[in-house]
Amino acid sequence: MENDQDKIINNVTSGEYKYGFHSDIEIDSIPKGLNEDVIRNISLRKEEPEWLLEYRLEAFRHWQTMTIPQWANLKIPDIDFQDIIYYAAPKKKQGGSQHANSIDPELKKTFEKLGIPLEEQNHLAGVAVDAVMDSVSVKTTFKEILAEEGIIFSSFSDAVKEYPDLVRRYLGTVVPHTDNFFAALNSAVFSDGSFCYIPKGVRCPMELSTYFRINAANTGQFERTLLIADEESYVSYLEGCTAPMRDENQLHAAIVEIIVENNAEVKYSTVQNWYPGDKEGKGGIFNFVTKRGLCRGENSKISWTQVETGSSITWKYPSCILKGDNSTGEFYSVAVTNNYQQADTGTKMIHIGRNTKSTIVSKGISAGHAQNSYRGLVRVLKKASGSRNFSQCDSLLLGDKCGAHTFPYIEVDNQTSIVEHEATTSKIGEDQIFYCNQRGISTEDAIGLIVNGYAREILNKLPMEFAVEAQKLLQISLEGSVG
Amino acid sequence: MNVHNDCRERYHKLYEKNIEKIKAKSSPYVNACREPAFEKFMQLGIPTTKNENYRYTDLSHFFNYDYKNYFLPGREDFLKAEQFRCNVPDLDTHGIILLNGFYPTLTDKLRELPGGIMVGSLNEAAKTFGDKIAQHYNRFINGDSDGLVHLNTAMAFDGIFVYVPSGVKLQKPVQVVNLVDSDNDIFNQHRNLIIVEKNADLTLIICDHTLSPQKFLTNAVTEVYVGEDSHFDIIRVQNEHNNAAKITHTFIHQEKNSTASSNNITLHGGLVRNSTHHFLGGEGAECSAYGLYLSDKFQHIDNYINVNHAFPNCRSNQLFKGVLDDMAKGVFNGRIYVMKDAQGTVAYQKNNSILLTDDAVMDTKPQLEIYADDVKCSHGATIGQLDEDALFYLQSRGIDRREAQLMLMFAFAHEVIQNINVEALRERMDSLVMQRLRGELSRCANCMVKCG
Amino acid sequence: MLIISNLKAAINEKNILKGVSLEVKAGEIHAIMGPNGSGKSTLAAVIAGRDLARITEGTVTFMGKNLLEMTPEERARQGLFLGFQYPIEIPGVSMMNFMKTAVNEQRKYKGLDPLSASDFLKIMREKKELVGIDSKLTNRSVNEGFSGGEKKKNEIFQMAMLEPKLAILDETDSGLDIDALRIVANGVNKLKTPDSSVIVITHYQRLLDFIIPDVVHVLYDGRIVRTAGKELALELEDKGYDWIRKEIETSGLS
Repeated sequence: MENDQDKIINNVTSGEYKYGFHSDIEIDSIPKGLNEDVIRNISLRKEEPEWLLEYRLEAFRHWQTMTIPQWANLKIPDIDFQDIIYYAAPKKKQGGSQHANSIDPELKKTFEKLGIPLEEQNHLAGVAVDAVMDSVSVKTTFKEILAEEGIIFSSFSDAVKEYPDLVRRYLGTVVPHTDNFFAALNSAVFSDGSFCYIPKGVRCPMELSTYFRINAANTGQFERTLLIADEESYVSYLEGCTAPMRDENQLHAAIVEIIVENNAEVKYSTVQNWYPGDKEGKGGIFNFVTKRGLCRGENSKISWTQVETGSSITWKYPSCILKGDNSTGEFYSVAVTNNYQQADTGTKMIHIGRNTKSTIVSKGISAGHAQNSYRGLVRVLKKASGSRNFSQCDSLLLGDKCGAHTFPYIEVDNQTSIVEHEATTSKIGEDQIFYCNQRGISTEDAIGLIVNGYAREILNKLPMEFAVEAQKLLQISLEGSVG
Repeated sequence: MNVHNDCRERYHKLYEKNIEKIKAKSSPYVNACREPAFEKFMQLGIPTTKNENYRYTDLSHFFNYDYKNYFLPGREDFLKAEQFRCNVPDLDTHGIILLNGFYPTLTDKLRELPGGIMVGSLNEAAKTFGDKIAQHYNRFINGDSDGLVHLNTAMAFDGIFVYVPSGVKLQKPVQVVNLVDSDNDIFNQHRNLIIVEKNADLTLIICDHTLSPQKFLTNAVTEVYVGEDSHFDIIRVQNEHNNAAKITHTFIHQEKNSTASSNNITLHGGLVRNSTHHFLGGEGAECSAYGLYLSDKFQHIDNYINVNHAFPNCRSNQLFKGVLDDMAKGVFNGRIYVMKDAQGTVAYQKNNSILLTDDAVMDTKPQLEIYADDVKCSHGATIGQLDEDALFYLQSRGIDRREAQLMLMFAFAHEVIQNINVEALRERMDSLVMQRLRGELSRCANCMVKCG
Repeated sequence: MLIISNLKAAINEKNILKGVSLEVKAGEIHAIMGPNGSGKSTLAAVIAGRDLARITEGTVTFMGKNLLEMTPEERARQGLFLGFQYPIEIPGVSMMNFMKTAVNEQRKYKGLDPLSASDFLKIMREKKELVGIDSKLTNRSVNEGFSGGEKKKNEIFQMAMLEPKLAILDETDSGLDIDALRIVANGVNKLKTPDSSVIVITHYQRLLDFIIPDVVHVLYDGRIVRTAGKELALELEDKGYDWIRKEIETSGLS
C-alpha cells in the first residue's frame, strides 16, 4: 500500500515541462561578462539618455560592494556573474523596424506556441500584452485603444524614450538601487520590461499583461516593471513567464515597482513557470525577484497574487508599504516545489499609516526532494494606530523527502493594532484520500483534487483566464509526485 | 565591526588573566573543555543583532563594560549566603543557594538525599564523580551560533550539580536560590549540570534574585540529561533589578519516553535573555516549554526556544505569553525543528502578547522547519489588546474597568502559571503576578519574594 | 423606573434605532418582540452601555438619573442587569472570583463592607439552588466550555447574585430546549420582587408562557410600532411578523 502510494506520488509529481522548447531565432547579443563598458554598451544599444546611464553605473558601483544574501533557507550554488550574457535580443530583420507589424514569423510562432498570440484580432478579448523575449520587448498589443483612455502601456525602453519625465520621476523610488544585491544588479543591467501609467479616475478597461520568455542560452534576464496608478484609478495586471529546458542554470533578476495614489487600486497577478530543472535537479532558472508596491495615497490598495510553480530557486517577497492612511495590502500565494526545487518566498507588510490593513494567505506545497519556505515580515510602526494584520501560512507535504518551513517575523510597535499569525504544516490527509478512494476516485485524482482544493482560495483571486491555466499548472507540477 | 572586535579582545584578556586561577581549582575533565571552547568563542564572539538568533536583542551595553570580575569567592560571600531565607509559604523544598555563581559553603559541598540523590557544588562533584561528569558534562550544549555558550564552558568555575539515580523519584523539589549580591559591578558565569537517570523524577526550581543595586551580568549554562522513562520539570522565576542582565542557556536532552517541561517566569529584570533547548533524543519523548514575561520601564525580555524533534513519535508544546507596559520590549523567537525521520511528530507553538502602551514593542518570530512529512505542526502568534467584549461583560456586572482589565490580564498570565505543578509555588506566582500587574512590585532593588 | 424617550442610535453610520420611547414602572414585566434585525439587541446594548452603537438623539433615565452618562459598571451598580444573548467566555477568570468581585464592588458602592468568604459561599450556595445551576459550573472559568443552556442558566444565576432592580433579558430563550426554558423562566419568576422590573427581549411567544408580561411591545425597523397587553404576543404567534409589516406598510408608517 505504502509502496503503491509512493509510486503514485512519483507519477503525479514527475510531469513534463511543457514550455521547454527552444526557438531558432537569430540573436544579437553582446559578449559574456559584466563591467562598466558592458553597461555603457547596453545603454547605448537602447539609445538611453545620460541620466539613465548614470543611474545604471551608480547601481553597478554599489553592487560591486555587495555580496549575495545568505539568509534565505536556500542552497544557492556559486553564480559566476562574469559568465552571463547581459544583453540578447532577437535580431531585427533588415529594413524592418521591430515594433512595426512586421514581426519575425519565428517570434510570432514562439509566442503562439506559448498561447500568447501577438495579433490583436486573435487575442483573448480584454487582455493587452507586452511580450518580452530575452532582453527586449517584441510587441505590445492594444496600445492605441488604451491610449484613448489616457493609459500608457508600453515596453520600458519605449517609455524611456516617449515619457522620460514620468520614468525618471518614479524609477527607483520604491526599490532603490541600494535595496539588495539582486536589485542593485538589475538596476545596473536591466534590459526591458513594461511601463504602465493609469491616469486619474480611469478604470483600466482590460487586463494588462506582460509575458516574459527566456530563449537565448547563457543569458540572464533582467526586466524591470514600473506601474503607476494615479488617484481613483484601477488596474489588474498579469505576468507570466517560461523558459527552454537547458542543463545549465540561467539567472533571472527582476524588479517590479508599483506606486498607488489616493483611492486607487492595483491587482498584480503572477503565474511563474520558469523552467524548474529536471528530475535530478539539473538546470532551471534562478529566480531572484524584488517586487514592491507603495500604497502612497489614502485608501489605496495593492493586492499581490502569485502562483509559483517553476524555477529551480525562487527568492521572492512581493511587498506592500502601507503609507497612506486606511491603505490595504494583500498577498495571496501558492508555491509548489517538486523534485529538487527550492523556494523561499513570502511578503513584507510595512504598516506606516493609520488604520492600515494587511492580509497574508500563503499555501506551500512541497514534493519530491524540494524545500519550500515561507518568509514574511509584518511590521507595525508606532504611528500606525488601529492597524490590522492577519496571516495564514499553511504547508502541505507530499512524500517524506521534502521539507516545509515557516519563518514569520512580526514586529509591533503600536498598542492599538492587532496582529494575528497562524500556520500549520501537515501531510496530505490520508483519511481524505481514503474518503475519495471509497467514492471510487483514484489516489492520483484524489491528490489532484485535494491539492486544488487546498489552493482554491488563492486561485480564486486570479483573473479567470489565468485561474484555469494556473489550476492546470498545479496539476502538471505535481504530476508523478504523490503519496 | 570594531565594537565587535574590541569586545572579543576584552574577553580574551579576561581569559588570559584568570584562566590559570580557575584551572587550579577545577577538575581535569572540565579544564580539558576550556581551551577548545575558548577558541570557538573567539571565532563567534559576543552575539550581535546580526546574529539571527539575537536579531532583536542588543547585548553590547552589558558586554562592553568593565566589571570587577572575580572568579573565586571570598569569606564575606559565605556569610551573606548564610543569612538568606526563602519565605514562600508552604514551599517545602531541598534548598540550595548559589551566590554570584558559587556554591557558598565551606564544608558540606555535596549533600546526599534519600535514595542516593546528590545535590551540591558542580566544582566539587567534578572531582568526586569524574565518571558522571565525563559522561554528561559539555555533551548536550549546542553553541553553533552562540559564542556565549562557549564563553561559559571556557570560564565557568562552579554551579549546581544534581544527580538522581535510576528508579528514584524525588518527591520534594530541589530549589536553587540564585543570588547576585555585591558591592561591585560583577559579571558571573556559572554552570549547572543535572542528571536524571532512567525512570526517575525531579522538579527543579531556580529563583534568580539580585540583592544589591549594582550593575550585574550573568551568563549561565544549564545542561540537563533526562533518562529513559524519566520526568523532569524546571521552573525558573526571575526577579532581578533594572540594571541587571541575565542570560541563561538551558539544554535539556531527553531520552526515549521521557517527559520534561521548562517554565520561565520573568517578573522583573533589566535585560533578560532565556534560551531553552529541548532535544527530543528518543522515540516517544514529550516536552512542554512555557514562558511568561511581564515587563515595564525600559526592560527587555527575550525568550528563545528551540525544540528539536530528532526521533519519531515525539510531542512538543510551546506556550509563551507576555504583557508589556511603558517602553518595554519583548522578543519571542521560537523554533520547531523536525528532523528527517521524525515521523509522527506533533508539535505546537503559541505566543500571545499584550501591549499596554504605544511605546512598548513586541517582536516575535515563530518558526517551523520541517523535514519529515507525517507531522502535525502548527504555530500561532498574536499581538494585541484585551478583548473588548470580555471587558464589557465584566463591567456590565458592576466591575470597575480598571479592575476588569486586571482580571483579564491576570487570567491571560494564569494560562502559563497554571502549568507549575508545585502548588505552593503556583499560588505564590499567582499572587506575585497580581501584584506585578497592579504595579506594586515595580520597586525592586530588594527581592520580590521578600526573601532575606 | 426606566424612561426611554425618542432614542436614536447608529452603528457605522447606519441608523438602527430610529426613535424608541418606552417607560417601565417598578414591578412591571415588559416584553419586547420583533423580527430579526429590528434593533432589539442594539436597544439592550445601548441601555447597558456597550459603545458599539453611537447615540445620536434621545434620553434614557433610570431611577431618575441620566443613564447615558454612566459607565457600564456604574449602570450595573445602580441595579441594571443585562442577560446577554451570547454570554462571553472568559478563559482563566473563575466564576467564583468574578462573582465575588462583582458583588463586593456593588456593596462598596452602597457603602457596605465586603462579604466574608464564608458569607459569600453561603449566598452562592443559596442562589445556585434557587436557579438550579450545577455547582460544578461555578468552579470553572466564566462561561468557558459551557453549553448554550448552561450559559443562559449562568446568566440567571448572576442575576440572582446581583439582585438587580431592572433586568433586561436579551433572547434568553434562544437555543434552549423546553426543560431548560422552564428552569430559566422559573428562576426569573422566583427572583422577581414587587419592586423589581424585567424586560424580556424575545423572538417567540413561548418564553412568555412562563414569564407573563404586563406589557408587550413590538419593535420594527428601529421603532416601537405597537404596544398592548400580553394578548399581543399570542396574536403575533398566530399571525407572524408579516402581519405587522403589512399593516405598517399600508399605514405608511415606515
